[in-house]
Amino acid sequence: MMEPILQVSGLSLRYDTRQGEVRAVEDVSFDVLPGQVMGLVGESGSGKTSVAMSLMRLLPDNARIAGGQVLFRGEDLLSMGPDEVRSYRWNRISMIFQAAMNSLDPVYRVGDQIMEAMEAHDPGVTTQAAQERIRDLFELVGLDPRLAQRYPHEYSGGMRQRAVIAMSLACQPDLVIADEPTTALDVIVQDRILRRLKDIQRDLQMSMIYITHDLAVVAEVTDRVGVMYAGKLVEAGSTADVFNSPVHPYTSALLSVFPSIRGPKRELATLAGEPPNLIDPPHGCRFHPRCPYATDPCLTEEPPIVDRDGHWAACWNPLPVSAGPPGAGLAAGPGNQQG
Amino acid sequence: MMTASNAPNNPLGGGHSTALVRVERLTKLFPVTRGLFRPPSAHVHAVDDVSFELFEGESFGLVGESGCGKTTIGKLLVKLMEPTGGRILFRDSGEPSPAIDGGFRDIVDTKGKGLKEFRRRAQMIFQDPYESMNPRRTIFDTVAEPLVVQGIGDSLERLERVGKLLELVGLSPASTMLFRYPHELSGGQRQRVAIARALVIEPTFVVADEPTSMLDMSFSTTIMNLMSGLARQLGVTYLYITHDLAVARYMCQRIAVMYLGKIVELAETEELLSNPLHPYTRALLSAVPSPDPASKREPVDILGDVSTPVNPHPRCRFHDRCPMAVQQCYDDPHPPMEDHGGGHLVACYRA
Repeated sequence: MMEPILQVSGLSLRYDTRQGEVRAVEDVSFDVLPGQVMGLVGESGSGKTSVAMSLMRLLPDNARIAGGQVLFRGEDLLSMGPDEVRSYRWNRISMIFQAAMNSLDPVYRVGDQIMEAMEAHDPGVTTQAAQERIRDLFELVGLDPRLAQRYPHEYSGGMRQRAVIAMSLACQPDLVIADEPTTALDVIVQDRILRRLKDIQRDLQMSMIYITHDLAVVAEVTDRVGVMYAGKLVEAGSTADVFNSPVHPYTSALLSVFPSIRGPKRELATLAGEPPNLIDPPHGCRFHPRCPYATDPCLTEEPPIVDRDGHWAACWNPLPVSAGPPGAGLAAGPGNQQG
Repeated sequence: MMTASNAPNNPLGGGHSTALVRVERLTKLFPVTRGLFRPPSAHVHAVDDVSFELFEGESFGLVGESGCGKTTIGKLLVKLMEPTGGRILFRDSGEPSPAIDGGFRDIVDTKGKGLKEFRRRAQMIFQDPYESMNPRRTIFDTVAEPLVVQGIGDSLERLERVGKLLELVGLSPASTMLFRYPHELSGGQRQRVAIARALVIEPTFVVADEPTSMLDMSFSTTIMNLMSGLARQLGVTYLYITHDLAVARYMCQRIAVMYLGKIVELAETEELLSNPLHPYTRALLSAVPSPDPASKREPVDILGDVSTPVNPHPRCRFHDRCPMAVQQCYDDPHPPMEDHGGGHLVACYRA
């Protein structure tokens, strides 16, 4: 059994707002093994970016970690002082941000920005060594190394995204957190970047946490996946298991509302209702107001963990192993009757 | 009631399908300016010599990447923009232009009273439910505005009509929604309001520009189902603009693929997805990830990035990226749209 590189256990996060305390992340636990890509999937507000920001210790002032442990190679990131965290950030764990295309400074050459990041985290690096490294990184992400001398506005969206990926790899981190890195890009550019990212990850045996709302991207990029709903991790397992035999009704619903251009055109179900307000989340299972299988204990009691060989879900009424097509039990929408 | 179910089966216009909108050689150029008092140095060919028909009651998808001109076509078709050239023929109960047969009128030249009447028939749903609504106006004000502009009904009738429509789009009970403000609603609810606003004057034609792309997938599916349900119920014809082919598959009976201002392929939805003929369509389809961990896609490699359509050569726009390009693609003018059977139109010398 491989030692996990990252162990998150019982992570809870609150945001203080004028309306009250938002319970954005509640008791989230998962492991990331070396060389593995772990996906976190969920809809807006499910807490996936908050989890990433806690791991990087890049939280806004009104955020408060209310509990839990994040062990990175055995050391607790959450109890570290600011200086210690800084030595980890980018060197050991780096992040590719959502809308990274806009996170480059427009008045500096792209190469200089990557150099700055390298010098800040490795003061011993010589300019020549850094330049060589940047050339290698650009080749790695599929950019012409001469582009390092250009400014961000001379790059297209896809090129900027590649530059940001290069920057995240500059200090040879052990773990990269990618938060919706291709969401703003067109599909052809997204496809190229995903393929490149996957190749790099495989070649460098890098560990990765991949955050997205796009199930198709999760299916193609990740080895394991965790499904988040309303601040909770409701199901996790190998990507194939979770997609082929979802245990939690929310996972099943999510899969059944997701359209695909391949295969026979199956019916798309609809998921009624909206995610809860996390200032006052529902008691019991947070999904129960929208769940077609909800029973009495779901309304009041925390759901138990159902574990099927490492593929687990927190649910009172787990779906049977072969539950048929995803979304069974959900209402078919009016749009589904047409051919 | 329009025969919505017949339209997709008759893409060539035979049988029951009749065209509602006929777009002929539509062109929109944007000048590239060099300064306030200097003449434009070049033009962006946002939409370049595009022709197609929308049948009554169908949902027609316009797909392509950012900057391909799909939104420009949408805006031209509801007259939020004037074309540089071409005709947009619209068939309605209004007074047809004398020169055109078949009850069509050219909306490009329509002004004044005729324009107001056209606005009653054609509406648009915008992409961003957060920015397309006035934050200081209530939901009732927002949805009732087209009625006020068109002078339909008195305030009581408007209230009743808006309430009915809010219920129809799933914002119920309407009485609790009418006097709320947009910031009190979620993204999904706002997009329902946008749909209600577009449908309140009972248009026959609606341009929907990425109406679900800002929403989470679970809302998005609900909105898609709502829109296709309403289309059948009210007999609305949609021009559905999207970058997401999977969404287009579920919303549209026919799909047109655009690349740099040109329609390069047009076919019935399942035909287009299962038998793409244009190399760009193939590349586009192959790049869409599958929500199935077991599926393996064959990547189609195309070269480079999308160029800009500034004063393009009059040849195939895709020639520089195409894996199948031959000398003819560099020398000859842009290939014409040709029917490869059953209304499957492709603009490619190599198809």
